Amino acid sequence: MPAVAPRSGDAIFASAERVNAELFTLTYGAIVRQLLTDLEEVDEVNKQLDQMGYNIGVRLIDEFLAKSNVSRCVEFKETAEVIAKVGFKMFLGVTATVTNWDAEGTTCSLVLEDNPLVDFVELPDTCQGLHYCNILSGVMKGALEMVSMKTEITWIRDMLHGDDAYELQVKLLKQVAEEYPYKDDE
Amino acid sequence: MIGVGKIKQYSNVLEKPLSRGKQEVSLSAFAFLFSELVQYNQTQVDNIAELERRLEDAGYAVGARVLELLCHREKGNRRETRLLGILSFVHSTVWKVLFGKVADSLEKGTEHEDEYMISEKELLVNKFISIPKDMGTFNCGAFVAGIVRGVLDSAGFPAVVTAHFVPVEGQLRPRTTILIKFAEEVLKREARLG
Repeated sequence: MPAVAPRSGDAIFASAERVNAELFTLTYGAIVRQLLTDLEEVDEVNKQLDQMGYNIGVRLIDEFLAKSNVSRCVEFKETAEVIAKVGFKMFLGVTATVTNWDAEGTTCSLVLEDNPLVDFVELPDTCQGLHYCNILSGVMKGALEMVSMKTEITWIRDMLHGDDAYELQVKLLKQVAEEYPYKDDE
Repeated sequence: MIGVGKIKQYSNVLEKPLSRGKQEVSLSAFAFLFSELVQYNQTQVDNIAELERRLEDAGYAVGARVLELLCHREKGNRRETRLLGILSFVHSTVWKVLFGKVADSLEKGTEHEDEYMISEKELLVNKFISIPKDMGTFNCGAFVAGIVRGVLDSAGFPAVVTAHFVPVEGQLRPRTTILIKFAEEVLKREARLG
């Protein structure tokens, strides 16, 4: 099969079926509120959101690979760009910027200025420890794990906590080598 | 995490301009999220009625906010006070904003005065859902029923709202009907208003 050129995030987003972002935002808000009522502890909510994101990421990667024609990334730098420009765009309709690389090229930051999860949201004083968008980091972790990359993701900046953007630090912990021979689909 | 010399600016959500609501996300993003909502709630319950109730609660929270938002944006801060007015608001305005289209039909129940039905051939939340046999009558539409109840209740029209599958002849998948049963006081008030 001849190689197919990867598609741009914009093109995929434009051709995908879409829904109103407010339905998405409010539904997510309902989830967070339910978790806060059920679990009571903000830390537990963070954990649960991360877990839900992970579950999504594990499944979302299939759709991502199928629709984007992105092939294996040669290095982590490429991976980060693909997440920021294609991944975020095709699902959420926004793009992120990749910055703050460390010398080894294993840690970087994804900066989001637009974030469809947080419209209409204001954190009350009792929820200051809440990473409202923790589901996003879970999604990335889950999706990357499916392509053999173990990562650790931390929130550096959060507009709901008064910062000027959303910043996610992604650290590549380990690249799990795939074993030869690769099994092709029969 | 407090940066040195960084001035924290807590912006008040009410001071932000109201968006026009034209932003979109991919349907898959919503479907993934909604499926997590259902799966999480499944872990919290031990029967189907309870699961539907929890989904309805989640929807209710959405509905209450949708009413507020749309009254500000679409109706110049006015809300409907009459029964048919609020029903057509749900059927057209709310549906159009949330699901991108007007609901397929709005009907009055033939047997009971206080019952109305909104039907949809393919309800967005049921799109990627298949119900296992052992879960019988479970309907993810409970979430949408909750949204409808949230809108109605917040507008001063308390009602019991439930979602049901109704098989349609010649079609593989049943349609979803949202059954609205208004509280007695609503009908009394409506009669008084004439």
